[in-house]
Amino acid sequence: MADPAYAIELKGISKAFGPVQANRDINIAVPKGTIHGIIGENGAGKSTLMSILYGFYKADAGQIFVNGQSTPIPDSQSAIRAGIGMVFQHFKLVQNFSVLENIILGVEDGPMLNTSLSKARNELERLARDYELDVDPDALIEDLSVGHQQRVEILKALYRQADILILDEPTGVLTPDEADHLFRILRGLKDQGKTVILITHKLREIMEATDNVSVMRRGTMVATVKTAETSPEQLAELMVGRKVLLEVEKAPAKPGEVVLKVEDLRVRDEHKVERLKGVSFEIRAGEILGIAGVAGNGQTELLEALGGMIRATGRAWLKGADLPLSGTGADGQSRRRTGIAHVPEDRHHHGLILDFTAWENVAFGYFNDPRYQKNALFMDNDAIRTDTERKMAKFDVRPPIPTLAAKSFSGGNQQKIVVAREIEQNPALLLIGQPTRGVDIGAIEFIHKQIIALRDAGAAILLVSVELDEIMSLSDRIAVMFDGRIMGFRDPETTDERELGLLMAGVTGKGEAA
Amino acid sequence: MGWGGRPPFILEGRLMDRLPRWADVALVPFVSLTLAAIISALVIVAIGQDPWEAITVMVKGSVMNAYGWGYTLYYATSFIFTGLAVTVAFHAGLFNIGGEGQAQLGGLGVALTLLFIPWPHWTIALVAASLGAALFGAAWAAIPAYLQAKRGSHIVITTIMFNYIAASLMIFMLVDVLRPPGKMDPATANFPPATHLPSFNEIPGLNAIFTSGVPANVTFFIALAMAVVVWLLLWRTRLGYQIRAFGKSEPAARYAGINPTKIIMIAMLISGGLAGLMAINNVMGEAERLLGNSASGAGFIGIAVALMGRNHPIGVVLAALLFGFLFQGGAELGLWTKIPIELRTVVQGLVILFTGALDMMVRMLLVRIFALFRTSRLEAA
Repeated sequence: MADPAYAIELKGISKAFGPVQANRDINIAVPKGTIHGIIGENGAGKSTLMSILYGFYKADAGQIFVNGQSTPIPDSQSAIRAGIGMVFQHFKLVQNFSVLENIILGVEDGPMLNTSLSKARNELERLARDYELDVDPDALIEDLSVGHQQRVEILKALYRQADILILDEPTGVLTPDEADHLFRILRGLKDQGKTVILITHKLREIMEATDNVSVMRRGTMVATVKTAETSPEQLAELMVGRKVLLEVEKAPAKPGEVVLKVEDLRVRDEHKVERLKGVSFEIRAGEILGIAGVAGNGQTELLEALGGMIRATGRAWLKGADLPLSGTGADGQSRRRTGIAHVPEDRHHHGLILDFTAWENVAFGYFNDPRYQKNALFMDNDAIRTDTERKMAKFDVRPPIPTLAAKSFSGGNQQKIVVAREIEQNPALLLIGQPTRGVDIGAIEFIHKQIIALRDAGAAILLVSVELDEIMSLSDRIAVMFDGRIMGFRDPETTDERELGLLMAGVTGKGEAA
Repeated sequence: MGWGGRPPFILEGRLMDRLPRWADVALVPFVSLTLAAIISALVIVAIGQDPWEAITVMVKGSVMNAYGWGYTLYYATSFIFTGLAVTVAFHAGLFNIGGEGQAQLGGLGVALTLLFIPWPHWTIALVAASLGAALFGAAWAAIPAYLQAKRGSHIVITTIMFNYIAASLMIFMLVDVLRPPGKMDPATANFPPATHLPSFNEIPGLNAIFTSGVPANVTFFIALAMAVVVWLLLWRTRLGYQIRAFGKSEPAARYAGINPTKIIMIAMLISGGLAGLMAINNVMGEAERLLGNSASGAGFIGIAVALMGRNHPIGVVLAALLFGFLFQGGAELGLWTKIPIELRTVVQGLVILFTGALDMMVRMLLVRIFALFRTSRLEAA
């Protein structure tokens, strides 16, 4: 018999996928009415554990107790019946349905929707009052901001009478402001006696929002501690298993000549909507310009236009020479020839071909490189493999096997392959987007060091990241983007998250020209 | 393994999705073929015939003697060309269903080359006719390729439509343009004797084995050479690298600066050219004049051959041999048994169904069996 003071208690949970042990003898107890953080690197087994709790997987061994009762959860319906609600990282909402319709979807009272809808409307008003969860019940999902869509997901769970709410990486898509609001909501839920489980890889959020925190590493639960009694450094060490430098060590920048100059850059998408609305800036040699902003405010288009992936208008110069933004000379091959390397934001869709081997990926984008040719007709695959071995050794890619398919590497090692390929070209300008997305802490530290090293070697670097911490610790100057425009430039030494957060939300402080 | 961000069920699919390589290349086609054979046997039983007799006749008539091989290899030659055609397009992420029409146009290219220019020797005629065949096949693939690259018209739809257009065009050409005056059948005149390609029974050395006249001819060796060329192209050249990269991921290709229009056009031109080359075998090598419906389905068989051959030249050659056996064995059925020749089509259809369309079913079944096997081994350990 388990203690009914715990909302959730897992005992001896194990789960294997083929040869991979995703969860090994996990024990965890979540006291009622608390916010409990679960932190761990990618692949530590957090998502698997929560999927077991939500009935997506059946554990190979172990028991689940809900409110002290042994509760088998064979499917998500049983999880919902047991009072467990889940808010996924990728929302499961019908875009062209209203908020109300989404909320009753699957729990309609009968074939006619009227009664369900009016009942839901009343309930929604109550929830909005109680938890600061106000959304317009008649708005269409597609018209809502990401933060509001997330609220709809939380409302969906609460409408299904969830007492225990699991949130999987909820702040990945939010501005700092929206994240703060979310944490307020979560605290409100806690005050009403609900239990919240927060899965994240961000130490700051754990420290800010949780009462207790459990740390997972390689499928095992390594520690559960009171948040008030721990520190980010201690948590990072528990996650990785060794001491980690959270701060990036770097000397002050020594900016040289202007490498990239951009004037009035504009991009329209395929629906003729302007995504980049006249962006101008310059980057000097030996300088990192960080672009902060919530995902989807034009950063992607900026990188892709400069990387030769999409057409743009405006003007750009690389070391004084004209850089074509459309027509001939505006493709990825021409860019690489002029000394622009590009680590794309999305390594799975752009940076790598997952079915290709590591060595084929090392030649990706550089297949015309003379070093990789045997003669006019054939490529020198052996030379590429040798080069791959060298790069893998230098960037500590594990396992260091050039013939392994890219999809067989972990996220961090995949990213190291991409970063190695681009940085080792010794570019004059490096475009780098989300350098550490889905990358574990150990690899983050390594990749950051490489970026700094490239800067110190005199390259100009354009860094785009949605991780504000990353922007603040790496950049020599910060530009904040909102709605396709640069809202302002800031010095990372003198600015703070609050100021940047306001700019990211489109609020300019001193009447600055947008 | 980095499953943090992704929904976990995809991870499961990925991890479990693996078969050992030998199972992937050998076991899956073997099981598919066995299933097709079993169903074929049931069909034969259902029409009151003896399946054992059927298989005996098929094997005897196609691979148990040189004469049978002479036909099996002849059919296989055509299928290697069309199978390679589908393979090249497939690696560029394009499904070229138009092999049939491209092969027919290839036949037109052969006929025009051989009918109107006097060639002194078959070797020179062969080079010229090959160029003509490849050029016409490629040209017929170029229009759907252009429409795909520039207008986004789906290549599957357009290549199918071009098969029909090709068939009508050929009828027009044969009836109204190329038919010799006074002849009744829609066909060209016979090609000049100087352009006759040596059959296996006319090649020194081989004629010791192939003593009677068979349709298999020197084109077979060109087909094998083309298999090697396609392998070199795809896995040893920059162009092949770009074709494969584009076929795996168009967004990634855009990132790398690979020009989609260029790759679509080139891959389809090569594909169409290979399909067109098939005409060397049947039009120049066998019929020695251009007849209606000259490709007689080989363009479509090429799709099954490529699917079964895992889009690899070696696999394509092996699968082409199998289909050659089915074609020749099926013809023998009609000759020596009471089983109607139409059954050949049924058997071929079943093989295509199981090796092509139901391939994933067999694969998933095997994946599950292998996963069970693995788990029990883990538990034992």
